[in-house]
Amino acid sequence: MDLFTDYTLRTVALGAAALGLTSGALGSFAVLRKQSLLGDAISHAALPGIALAFLLTGSKATPVLVAGAAVAGWVGTLAVMKITSATRVKEDSALGIVLSVFFGFGLVLLTFVQKRPDASQAGLDRFLFGQAATLLHRDVLLISGLGAMALLGAALFWKEFKLLAFDPDYGASLGFPMRAVDVILTTLLVVSIVIGLQTVGVVLMSAMVVAPAAAARQWTDRMGRMVAVAGLFGAMAGVSGAVLSSLTEHLPTGPTIVLCLSGLVVLSILFAPNRGVLWESVRDRRNRSRLHMDAVLGNLDDLARHHADPQHGHGAAVLEAMHPGAHRELREMEAQGWARRTGNDEWAITPAGRGEAARRAGLRGEDER
Amino acid sequence: MILAPEQEIQWIAAVTAAACALPGVFLVLRRMALMSDAISHSILLGIVLAFFATGNIASPLLIAAAAATGVLTVTLVELLHRTRRVKEDAAIGLVFPALFSIGVILISRYAGNVHLDVDAVLLGELAFAPFNRYSWGGVDLGPRTLWVMGAILLLNAAFIGAFFKELKLTTFDAALAGALGFAPGALHYAFMTLVSITAVGAFDAVGSVLVVALMIAPPAAAYLITDRLPRMMALSVVIGVASALAGYWMSYLLDVSIAGSMATCTGVAFLLAFLFAPERGVLAVARRRARQRWEFAQAILTIHLLDHEGSPQAAEESRERHLHEHLRWAPDFARVVVRRAEGAGLLTRTGEHLALTDEGRASARETMAGV
Repeated sequence: MDLFTDYTLRTVALGAAALGLTSGALGSFAVLRKQSLLGDAISHAALPGIALAFLLTGSKATPVLVAGAAVAGWVGTLAVMKITSATRVKEDSALGIVLSVFFGFGLVLLTFVQKRPDASQAGLDRFLFGQAATLLHRDVLLISGLGAMALLGAALFWKEFKLLAFDPDYGASLGFPMRAVDVILTTLLVVSIVIGLQTVGVVLMSAMVVAPAAAARQWTDRMGRMVAVAGLFGAMAGVSGAVLSSLTEHLPTGPTIVLCLSGLVVLSILFAPNRGVLWESVRDRRNRSRLHMDAVLGNLDDLARHHADPQHGHGAAVLEAMHPGAHRELREMEAQGWARRTGNDEWAITPAGRGEAARRAGLRGEDER
Repeated sequence: MILAPEQEIQWIAAVTAAACALPGVFLVLRRMALMSDAISHSILLGIVLAFFATGNIASPLLIAAAAATGVLTVTLVELLHRTRRVKEDAAIGLVFPALFSIGVILISRYAGNVHLDVDAVLLGELAFAPFNRYSWGGVDLGPRTLWVMGAILLLNAAFIGAFFKELKLTTFDAALAGALGFAPGALHYAFMTLVSITAVGAFDAVGSVLVVALMIAPPAAAYLITDRLPRMMALSVVIGVASALAGYWMSYLLDVSIAGSMATCTGVAFLLAFLFAPERGVLAVARRRARQRWEFAQAILTIHLLDHEGSPQAAEESRERHLHEHLRWAPDFARVVVRRAEGAGLLTRTGEHLALTDEGRASARETMAGV
């Protein structure tokens, strides 16, 4: 298969896997902390950093540009924090301002760069939508190295990050410096975002943070598993998107990866065990039909009890009046041998039916206790 | 009236900024600022699909289709949120990248050589707006974008004027609005349609990301300056238009992206409000805190002196040097507080000994009564 023989393809796939793994895992914390859109602000804010790094050093080398992106992304995050803490402007507005203003400033710098004689477009455009095909072997080493550092950081501060995500006040009361923990986590998030910019692009990188975590959340209620599954999903989508776009002309990498992720999210929300919407509707239906059956069986049982002859048939109309739609349950009871027809639409409970009614009443009693 | 292309661009920029600022006020107040981000991205899909259907980039159908995609975005976000499987912010972050990605892929695969490319969509092409003109019966009526944005500005003003009371109520007290029999849901969707239409129009001029800048930054700046809704709306429009014009000139002088410069200038405007807004600006808050600190220290000092006045320890307690011991004040701090209180006529100083004036006594009593 191409993936194992084609050098470029293997490079691209490895790079995409590394960045998907990192952003998926770190994104879990952001999503749990309701900071899903912080990633959007960070990735947009990185653009002026890329342009400035080029302007200041004249180098297009990926490590230089990534460093610039990281500094700018970090400054953008600090700006969001400062705006929300120092003024009454809410977080959504602060994020909107930072992402659009930094991005606009980035465009100013990019158009400025393009005028320079030595620019030759500077290849900075690839950071808008991402071009996995431009990944070189050493870029992949950089992505993997930084990604591994970010993941290692998350492992080191696992307990602190968990506290931050679920109960920062409790963490503070235990004596953890929660503000510092917040800054560390945000820094790792910035790292996981900037390493993806060349492949996915600044515009769509936020999806790499949100989508794997949102999908993973459906499969488990445990933090550790969620982070692992999110990393796996991120890597899967990264590899499939990057490989698809490298093999197809005119298929930009970022959007392709995002659509792979969207597919994973939809599948997870519909079909994940327990939390899946589909299973929930199956459960709902089963519960509803059990409740209906409880009601009709109980009604027929009561009628029989209050009649001299337990075998006496009762009109379905009575049962319909007590529980609309009772006919369906009556036919089901007949099939189960819990009731029988005694005449024209008249029904009597069988001994088996009385047993079943008693059993169900017993179960309900247990539930109530 | 004949306008030079540069003047036309400035008119377009100003009208676009005003049209964006009006709905932006309510987005900021309703904490839905990021819906503008989501809508401005996902309308790309509507534009692309309508363009494929009509083959005409200037077709009015594009605006209708794009606005419909905007409303679709809002609906999908709510639908996703209502499954209770993801939080609202995550829902926004899931929906718009997906729709935007489909749009980008369609463009790059099928529209590679027509006048619709991704850069234009993201960055806007305000510089080319004067080339695309309306004419009627051979008479040139001016650039198309100016007409479109002018119409959207009027539409926004008319909608907000007509439903001002309802918008205000649903923004500040949605529960009360529901209880009074307003239909917050219907109004919400009508308003989001308006935001979508505005985003589509502005998208053409300034590109998707910068729509967000024009919609959010000026109202957020105005929010720091005033507490009154009508004044906030007026200020937002003024700030937006001023940033747009300043941005135009910045781009003209530096020969850089117009839309980027406009966004940068909205950021500068917000930064100015952030720092210098009269009551809520960072500097005003810092100055107020500092003043309160001194006033508090003076109040403590007068109360301390009043407490010990006439008591056996008075001579000891009223020495400046002892403040350090009794109030745990650093000597330098104590000296400044004493000088300030003396300057304010609250006490007199003879050597090391401090004595309250009548005014100081009254002030201390007043402070204690207030507590």
